[in-house]
Amino acid sequence: MQLAYYPGCTIKASARQHEQAALAILRALGVELREMAEWNCCGVVHTLTSANLIRHMAPVRVLARLRQQGAHEVVTLCDMCFNTLARANLLARQQPEQFAAISASTDSELRYDGDASVLHLLQVLRDRVGLAALRARVRRPLRELRVYPYYGCKLLRPSTVGIDDPEIPTLLRDLLEALGATVIEGHLQTRCCGAYQAVDQPELVAERVTATAAQARAGGAEAIVLSCPLCHFNFDTLQPRNGAPLPVFYYTQVIGLAFGLEPEELGLETRQIDQLPPLRQRDRAQAKGGAA
Amino acid sequence: MSMTIRADSQANELLQTVEALSGQRLAACYQCGTCAATCPFVAAMDLPPDRLIQQLRFGLPGVLERRAFWVCVGCDSCAERCPRAIAVPRVMEALRLIAIRERGDRLAVAQLPAATLRDLPPIALVASLRRNTG
Repeated sequence: MQLAYYPGCTIKASARQHEQAALAILRALGVELREMAEWNCCGVVHTLTSANLIRHMAPVRVLARLRQQGAHEVVTLCDMCFNTLARANLLARQQPEQFAAISASTDSELRYDGDASVLHLLQVLRDRVGLAALRARVRRPLRELRVYPYYGCKLLRPSTVGIDDPEIPTLLRDLLEALGATVIEGHLQTRCCGAYQAVDQPELVAERVTATAAQARAGGAEAIVLSCPLCHFNFDTLQPRNGAPLPVFYYTQVIGLAFGLEPEELGLETRQIDQLPPLRQRDRAQAKGGAA
Repeated sequence: MSMTIRADSQANELLQTVEALSGQRLAACYQCGTCAATCPFVAAMDLPPDRLIQQLRFGLPGVLERRAFWVCVGCDSCAERCPRAIAVPRVMEALRLIAIRERGDRLAVAQLPAATLRDLPPIALVASLRRNTG
C-alpha cells in the first residue's frame, strides 16, 4: 500500500521520533508513505471567523498541490495538521464560494474543489491495515505494561472531522490492547491539555497535564501514550518536577516496541525504556537468558 | 451605582459584529451553562462563556477587557455539547479579532525568551500567533 504523506513542520522539528517510529512500523506492515513535494505549513489552527479568508490559504495550497501531484488522499501524523487540513477540506466542499475567492487571489494558480481526502495515520492503521493485522505482527506483546491513552482535542473534535466518538473514543484503547498492553482510562483522556497556551500562559497547560497525569497514575498507569506532537511537548515538559513525571510515548513508538523493533529505530533513548518497568525487566531477563 | 442595559440589539454594535464574524446567533443561547461546565479552562476565565454571551447580548460594558476569550484555545468541547448548537469558540475568536483590531497584537514574538523560542514546537508558536495577532 502506498499513500501520499504530509509531514508538517513539527514532525520535521521537535517530533522527528514520531516520524521515525511511524516509518519503521509502516515498513513492517508493508505500507509506504510518499512525502509530498512542495508542502508548506498548514497554518496549524482552523480560522474560526468569516473575516480572515487568507488564513485558509495555507491548507488549501497543500490540498491543491496534492491534487496537482495526482493524489486523491493524504496521510498525516500530526493531530493539528490533520484537524486543520480536514476542516479546510470540509469548508471547500460546503462553501466553495469562499474557496473561489482564495483561488482568484492567486491568479487561479491554486484551484481546489474539495475532492481529496485527509487521513490521520490512526485511521490508516484502524481502517486500512486493520487491528487484526497489527496484532498478528506483534513479536513482543506488551504484557504487564499499564498505559493511559490520551486523545486530547484535535483527533476527536469537531465531530464533523473527528476520527472517533468525541465523548467515548475507543481507538487508542483497541490499538494498545491489540499490542497486549493493559489500558487505564479516565474522563480526562479527551480534555484539552492547553495546546498553544504553552507559549505565554504555561500555567494553564501545567494545571491540565498535572491533573491528567494524576488520573493516569491513580489508575496505575506507567506511561501516557498519545498522538499529537503539541500534547507530547506539553506532557513532556509541564508535568510537575517534584514527583517523577509519567513518561510520554507516541503510539507509533509503542507499536514498534510490540513489533520487536529496536528502540533506536523508534527514536527512543535507553533512558525512556528504563522508565517502563515491565520492558526493563523483560530486557534484563532476556539479557540474562542470552548470557546463560 | 446605575447601569444601562440595552435590550435594543440595533444599538448593540459589538453584538452585531461578533455575530457577523462568528456566524453564530447569540439569541439562541438559553443560558444552560453547559459550556461553562464543560470548559477545561473555566477556572482561569474571569467570566464563564455563558455569562460572556449574556453580557454581549445585554450590551454591558467591559466585554472586550475580559481575559476569558484569550484563555479559550478552541478545543471544541463546549461546541460539541451545546444543546443550541452555538459554536462558542467562534464567538471567542470573533472577540479576539475585534480586540486585536482595536488594540493591536496581544503577543510579540520578539519579547519571548530565546530559550522558549528554541524549545517550543513550531505548531505551538504558529497557533499562538494565529490566535493572538492580526
